[in-house]
Amino acid sequence: MATLELRNVNKTYGAGLPDTLKNIELSIKEGEFLILVGPSGCGKSTLMNCIAGLENITGGAIMIGDQDVSGMSPKDRDIAMVFQSYALYPTMSVRENIEFGLKIRKMPQADIDAEVARVAKLLQIEHLLNRKPGQLSGGQQQRVAMGRALARRPKIYLFDEPLSNLDAKLRVEMRTEMKLMHQRLKTTTVYVTHDQIEAMTLGDKVAVMKDGIIQQFGTPKQIYNDPANLFVASFIGSPPMNFIPLRLQRKDGRLVALLDSGQARCELPMSMNDAGLEDREVILGLRPEQIVLASGDAAGLLPTIRAEVQVTEPTGPDTLVFVTLNESKVCCRLAPDIAPAVGETLTLQFDPAKVLLFDAKTGERLGVLAPSQSVENMGNVTRLNRN
Amino acid sequence: MTSLANKPALSLSRVAIYAVLIIAVLLYLVPLVVMLLTSFKSPEDIGSGNLLSWPTEVTAIGWIKAWATVKGYFWNSFLITVPAVLISTTIGALNGYVLSMWRFRGSQLFFGLLLFGCFLPFQTVLLPASFTLGKMGLANTTTGLVFIHVVYGLAFTTLFFRNYYVSIPEALVKAARLDGAGFFTIFRRIILPMSTPIIMVCLIWQFTQIWNDFLFGVVFSSGDSQPITVALNNLVNTSTGAKEYNVDMAAAMIAGLPTLLVYVVAGKYFVRGLTAGAVKG
Amino acid sequence: MSSVAVFSKASPFDALQRWLPKLVLAPSMFIVLVGFYGYILWTFVLSFTNSTFLPTYKFVGLAQYARLFDNDRWWVASKNLAVFGGMFIGISMVVGVLLAVFLDQRIRREGFIRTIYLYPMALSMIVTGTAWKWLLNPGMGLDKLLRDWGWEGFRLDWLIDPDRVVYCLVIAAVWQASGFIMAMFLAGLRGVDQSIIRAAQIDGASMPKIYWKVVLPSLRPVFFSAVMILAHIAIKSFDLVAAMTAGGPGYSSDLPAMFMYSFTFSRGQMGMGSASAILMLGAILAILVPYLYSELRAKRND
Repeated sequence: MATLELRNVNKTYGAGLPDTLKNIELSIKEGEFLILVGPSGCGKSTLMNCIAGLENITGGAIMIGDQDVSGMSPKDRDIAMVFQSYALYPTMSVRENIEFGLKIRKMPQADIDAEVARVAKLLQIEHLLNRKPGQLSGGQQQRVAMGRALARRPKIYLFDEPLSNLDAKLRVEMRTEMKLMHQRLKTTTVYVTHDQIEAMTLGDKVAVMKDGIIQQFGTPKQIYNDPANLFVASFIGSPPMNFIPLRLQRKDGRLVALLDSGQARCELPMSMNDAGLEDREVILGLRPEQIVLASGDAAGLLPTIRAEVQVTEPTGPDTLVFVTLNESKVCCRLAPDIAPAVGETLTLQFDPAKVLLFDAKTGERLGVLAPSQSVENMGNVTRLNRN
Repeated sequence: MTSLANKPALSLSRVAIYAVLIIAVLLYLVPLVVMLLTSFKSPEDIGSGNLLSWPTEVTAIGWIKAWATVKGYFWNSFLITVPAVLISTTIGALNGYVLSMWRFRGSQLFFGLLLFGCFLPFQTVLLPASFTLGKMGLANTTTGLVFIHVVYGLAFTTLFFRNYYVSIPEALVKAARLDGAGFFTIFRRIILPMSTPIIMVCLIWQFTQIWNDFLFGVVFSSGDSQPITVALNNLVNTSTGAKEYNVDMAAAMIAGLPTLLVYVVAGKYFVRGLTAGAVKG
Repeated sequence: MSSVAVFSKASPFDALQRWLPKLVLAPSMFIVLVGFYGYILWTFVLSFTNSTFLPTYKFVGLAQYARLFDNDRWWVASKNLAVFGGMFIGISMVVGVLLAVFLDQRIRREGFIRTIYLYPMALSMIVTGTAWKWLLNPGMGLDKLLRDWGWEGFRLDWLIDPDRVVYCLVIAAVWQASGFIMAMFLAGLRGVDQSIIRAAQIDGASMPKIYWKVVLPSLRPVFFSAVMILAHIAIKSFDLVAAMTAGGPGYSSDLPAMFMYSFTFSRGQMGMGSASAILMLGAILAILVPYLYSELRAKRND
């Protein structure tokens, strides 16, 4: 196992073409699980290929442990990779698939046999060893692909969307299994996905990417609670964060956001008091679970608003209720036993301290959170690309 | 796409369809039947009967005479076809492997240039090629024809393999590289074992093309080095002596049998080669 | 700091690995550049010289092309190509499409029937030519057969009729290639989305109408490829003429490919032969370039 550090990594496919990767800077400790997440075309797979040595970087350095591997060929980097398509060699049996890399590295046959046995036991694929990949189910192929990676005991494991070819149920199962495996083996892992739930559940660290740039690098909690910009806020979370464009006003010396449901209005006092924010176009971000039904005791303390229910979507664990605030559709995540009828009026309440503000033009975060949270979190958030 | 009715009723239109198809089958078969019948007739029989009349006496004299005439050329054709097929298929496989899995700057351009070779009218290269063969001392040899067939078969063989290999996920090669395998190891251990169908297609395509070639044969060979197609043409188109149609037809059958045999045995690959080479070419 | 960047140099093995793809492709690149494009250029150059039996490099400008255009035989060959090509392509397409559509109707023994339609494609044009030369033999071939069968007035002597000999080439070529067109269209038909036909049926269209208005138009790409291939076969047709008619009677069944061969290699008119080869290339390009253009554009629109 080893640490991984990317120092100002750049990648371009030729002069004049846009950079595929731009000033990528991140590092993880030994045994950490790093998630690269972003929409397709964001450069996450290219970055992974660069770490593997399958593509060359055009600037910066990739450090594995204390060694700069930037110019090395893939085979010398001591890396194993699990591919989205699994990339099992179709003409070889499962055993031969796992052995292939070991044989090429001229490991003695006795050691190979021991290693295959260990991996097969670990992944419970002993009974599959003599089958061909074509005879395996998707989940079994996935295990074999992982087995092939584990057999070499490399310094770093790379996973390229390994679960995205599985059906929904199996995906959840394998996700848990991977987490268990990582907790047990403590392998340094880089994991590419476009699935924000995988990012949140699996990662020790998450790097959210877009257009070849790391938008934010931090723990899942930081990314979720304290997104660096509108993109990160919108990408992470399901159902996604609500965004309400509005103009901040000053009332009685405090900055307030005026919300209007068509039936009622409410003033949301802002926790920040920056003069620069006054009378400015901003986007107010509010996660669905942060809008709750006003209950008797808290009603007096937090701002409330009455709003008409337009659509309800009972999902089982929650009921999603959609209302309109300032002409934006807003999703509220309420308890499942609340089943308001369409057209009914609900009294909703918000915690102003949890409201996020973004610049309407640049999408950058404005101000900071409520003091209690900012002390806890803001200190160690790594923020990049704040141009 | 198959027609939709679950149990096609025996309607008038279906009878008509079957009738057309069966008549077409007969029409396609007539030349082959005529060739066979004629080849087993005696010259007198040919004069008195007609194309489809049964031989009054079945005789193999036509076949014996034909074989005596074209035997040497028949082996020439093998001598030319077998090495040319094997070499051009091997090079095509390697080219296809590079062009799909190891692309580099300019390799796509090269592929484009090569593709044009599938459409190249060979008349435009005959003269320079014959000068070159002369310079190499290969004029009028079967080796020279092997060389020519390899060169001008490359476009198709490369196309076959390249189009087949682009459908193999590149991740396979990436995985093998991370496993520590090099260029040739990946080819031999991973790619080649997956290539059986396209190797068959390519071998059969090249075999039929080269066996059936006449243009290169007639231009680049003479006398003893000629392939069967040229010999057949000489036999059929000589104006000296009485025409022995039974010998002509037997010789034509001999010239056609190897490719016909391949077609019957491996028709699936033959059709696939035709449509792959054609549709994508 | 201990983490000093050590820039590892590539080992000789790695360097070789990096060059291997290029090394492997190099011979083919050489062959293509020289054997394809170099030779075309060479032929192009020869077409501007007065080479006869041996290549000379005395340039005579466009004189060889002028001679070619003054040559009656070249015009006969070109006209024959137009007639032969047009009829060969047209009839092969009609026959091929018809057989494909009929075969697509859940026919019993479809595989066997397909095999019969396609076998001529496995034969050499020389074999085909030999067979059809015999079938079309005036006095002994089909001519006699149909009379023996009772059609007293039947005459089939096209093979020796300078005005009709080119139709003989068409018959033999259609026999050889139409099965191939059938195979191409059958493959295309098998790829047509069933639901389109279902939708048309629900709309109340009859089967022939569905094929004509819905199914066949969706096979446009196959149609173009097929025409392309047939045109290519027609322009390159040499062996069929050689075996069936050798260009005769006289030179009434000459085609450009035959013309090129006999002027270049038999009559020692290398310059003019080269000029005719270049014109053949021009003909191929004239159909190939628009085809490739539309192909590429279609791909970009995907």
